[in-house]
Amino acid sequence: MFTLHRFHGGLHLNAHKEDSSLAPLATAPVPPRLIFPLQQRGGQNAQSLVEVGDHVRKGQVIAQGEGPMNPPIHASSSGVVSAIEPRPLPHPSGLADLAIVIDTDGEDLALEAEARPDYRRLAPDELRRIIFEAGIVGLGGAAFSTAVKTDPGHRAIDTLILNGAECEPYITCDDSLLRNFPLEVLEGARILMRVLGVERCLLGIEDDMPEAIRALRETQQAGDYADIDVVTVPALYPSGGEKQLIRILTGREVPTRGIPADAGVVCQNVGTAAAVYRAVVRGEPLIERIVTVTGQGVKNPGNWLVRIGTPIADLVRYAGGYSGTAERLILGGPMMGIALPSDALPLVKAANCVLVTGRGETTGPKEALPCIRCGACAEVCPVNLLPQQLYWYSRADNLQRAEEYQLADCIECGCCDYVCPSHIPLVQYFRAAKGELVAKQRERSKADHARERFEARQARKEREKQERAEAAQRKKAALAKPDASEIQDAIARAKARKHPLESAPTAPRHERFPHPEVPHPEGEGEQGCSDFHVDESPKAQEPAEN
Amino acid sequence: MRFNTAPAPHLAPTGSTRRIMQWVLLAMAPGIAAQLWQFGPGVLIHLALAVATALLAESAMLRLRAQPSRAGLSDWSAALTAALLAASLPPIAPWWITVFGALFAIVIGKQLYGGLGYNPFNPAMVGYAILLISFPKAMTAWLPPTDIATAHLGLSDAWHAIVNRTGPEGASFDALAMATPLDTLKTQLGLGRTMDEIQSAALFGALAGKGWQWVNLGYLAGGLWLLRRGLIAWQIPAGFLAALGASSLGFFLLEPQSYPTPLFHLLGGATMLGAFFIATDPVTASTTPKGRLIYGALIGSLVFVIRSWGGYPDGVAFAVLLLNLAAPTIDHYTRPRVYGHPR
Repeated sequence: MFTLHRFHGGLHLNAHKEDSSLAPLATAPVPPRLIFPLQQRGGQNAQSLVEVGDHVRKGQVIAQGEGPMNPPIHASSSGVVSAIEPRPLPHPSGLADLAIVIDTDGEDLALEAEARPDYRRLAPDELRRIIFEAGIVGLGGAAFSTAVKTDPGHRAIDTLILNGAECEPYITCDDSLLRNFPLEVLEGARILMRVLGVERCLLGIEDDMPEAIRALRETQQAGDYADIDVVTVPALYPSGGEKQLIRILTGREVPTRGIPADAGVVCQNVGTAAAVYRAVVRGEPLIERIVTVTGQGVKNPGNWLVRIGTPIADLVRYAGGYSGTAERLILGGPMMGIALPSDALPLVKAANCVLVTGRGETTGPKEALPCIRCGACAEVCPVNLLPQQLYWYSRADNLQRAEEYQLADCIECGCCDYVCPSHIPLVQYFRAAKGELVAKQRERSKADHARERFEARQARKEREKQERAEAAQRKKAALAKPDASEIQDAIARAKARKHPLESAPTAPRHERFPHPEVPHPEGEGEQGCSDFHVDESPKAQEPAEN
Repeated sequence: MRFNTAPAPHLAPTGSTRRIMQWVLLAMAPGIAAQLWQFGPGVLIHLALAVATALLAESAMLRLRAQPSRAGLSDWSAALTAALLAASLPPIAPWWITVFGALFAIVIGKQLYGGLGYNPFNPAMVGYAILLISFPKAMTAWLPPTDIATAHLGLSDAWHAIVNRTGPEGASFDALAMATPLDTLKTQLGLGRTMDEIQSAALFGALAGKGWQWVNLGYLAGGLWLLRRGLIAWQIPAGFLAALGASSLGFFLLEPQSYPTPLFHLLGGATMLGAFFIATDPVTASTTPKGRLIYGALIGSLVFVIRSWGGYPDGVAFAVLLLNLAAPTIDHYTRPRVYGHPR
């Protein structure tokens, strides 16, 4: 028997799963237009590899990211690049950034895929390269590069966790995936186990997904998957949070400011595992995924196999369009999803759910009353914070105290917000305070950096002074030969006569602005050299002195 | 299509402060009913007076502080404070006691600190303490329980007693009053009587003080209902009752002739009202799980100390106020371990 562990708090929410899970998985047609935002993790944009007018094929790399954190973007159907222009991003701000727009031709012409059915002969590094080149990122919502996540470096990993605990209400895309493609998930798990070199895989799935559990168990029995443990966990929000699921399944905790690998675990969404399988075995890049379209605001809720880049408006159209009551458009679930201003936005790799809520299905503007410190928030907090205290400190702008109360560990799951009887938008306060904390930390590290530079400069000056002193000693020793000294003295006297005013300040000026790159000529820093220092050095030292 | 945006979470919250206050008020019903049954309708008159005064004071103060007064009144917190104060007052206390207490509780105890959520001390207990210190005579003149009472007051009798300070049908007002069992106990022990002698008096019932045992059982029932509904944290009443029970048991076993039974303490005075309704006021209590247990236990112990050796017969108000002061410190040292931090 498998022992499950508990995490603190959590919420039993009205799941609304059957709104969308009853309809069979449908395949969305190729939309007339596909949009691929170039924005990537870290703020920079991916480099477009195509130009307006280019014809692209399905599976062709159209943009290349920078570094292993940003896998390439592939065209999800064939067509012509019609524009590379700023388009609104799937972000609450509605800010726009560059995107590649492809007018599809309906042919859906694909590039030749390189199938590698026998992945067992491929080395982990080779598999990681394939995963990266297939553009795979975490499909659970965070869109973290899978190639990076499966490369824990020096950390010892003993367990792969597959996250099938779809804990947010309304979302059923993983449920649908597990029902329809259990083999791909299990095989994907195998590949990931090989990449990580682990013998154990735990697939966590919430107990309110009986069909998916049955499909997995049947596939498991038909094949030989004894090394993969399908574990049902009680439905409790947010058990599908990475940290929470790791705790439930292993009893371990991801150390604060650490990553799961620090706890010997790598966690992947089940959808990611299926994408890995397709990439490795069939040679298919990540160009489609299952998206849940649900809520009272759409006519026919269900799950759709959709091309990445499909505009939300098209997907909603496939789902029968908006019902009259459509009120809010949410990308993701009702607890952590972001409300979008427009449906012209495309579905990106991380998009798991389009929730269109109807009238009264979601909260309106909340009128907050004073906090009465009832502690309901602390009772449900899955990381065991004291939101009532954090709120107090965030409001008072007492960031130091907020930090002391571990504000940084907040996962923004929204549990506290949901139970607050005073209807205080706690998560908003915490998000703002966290942003300020990050800004402060950046400032602090900048100051640290400046201090380090200053200290390094001081050390360097000291060293140079010493070196010069030694050089002068050596020279003195050399000049001490009796026959040379008279000539030198004569030269010195002549010089002093020639530049009676300048000769005096030369030495101190030189002291003040030494320059490491300039070799000190024999005969010691004379006029020209000293001028050079006066010109350059003040600029160079500016940041250190400020 | 364009949509309005809003920050997550998007689900409507389930509870409301107003609902909590209403439920707590409702949970007081069994206790108030027992008071009504045992000590006559005076409690209802005080309840009405206190609530009316509190609402007026709250409204006036909100206006003075330029706060939205409708939102402030609609949270029902002033009514709850008033009810808790009224439930603690002697059934025939003069009307101005109630008015003054409610005024003080709301104006000084709550609004001057910034209103709901900002008051460091339990406002009802601030009001009660100021009354007890200022008017000790009026505050200790209780009625005998219905079992042993010679005169049974109707609603109008109680009204006359409270407003005009007259007894029913020619009976003298002063003859009505009687000390509480806790008060009697303290006086008698001070006179060197043994527990056996003291408890043979008619004022003492099978479990604890006559009348008082039923009132306490009433508040216990209401409190258990609050626990069941998850409206109060179990740690505070558990800590309170465990500490009071344990300390009284210890001394009772050591010197049974000088200390009453634990049951007398647990079902006497304001024990159950204090444990479930007063110490659990979220604004002024400790908020961490461990802190609440400590907070409750310290109040319980302090109640025993004050009752046994202090200058007042009961100690709930003073114990609660003292621990209100300590709550932030207790919270600071009892922070729970956050996920991912060393055990």
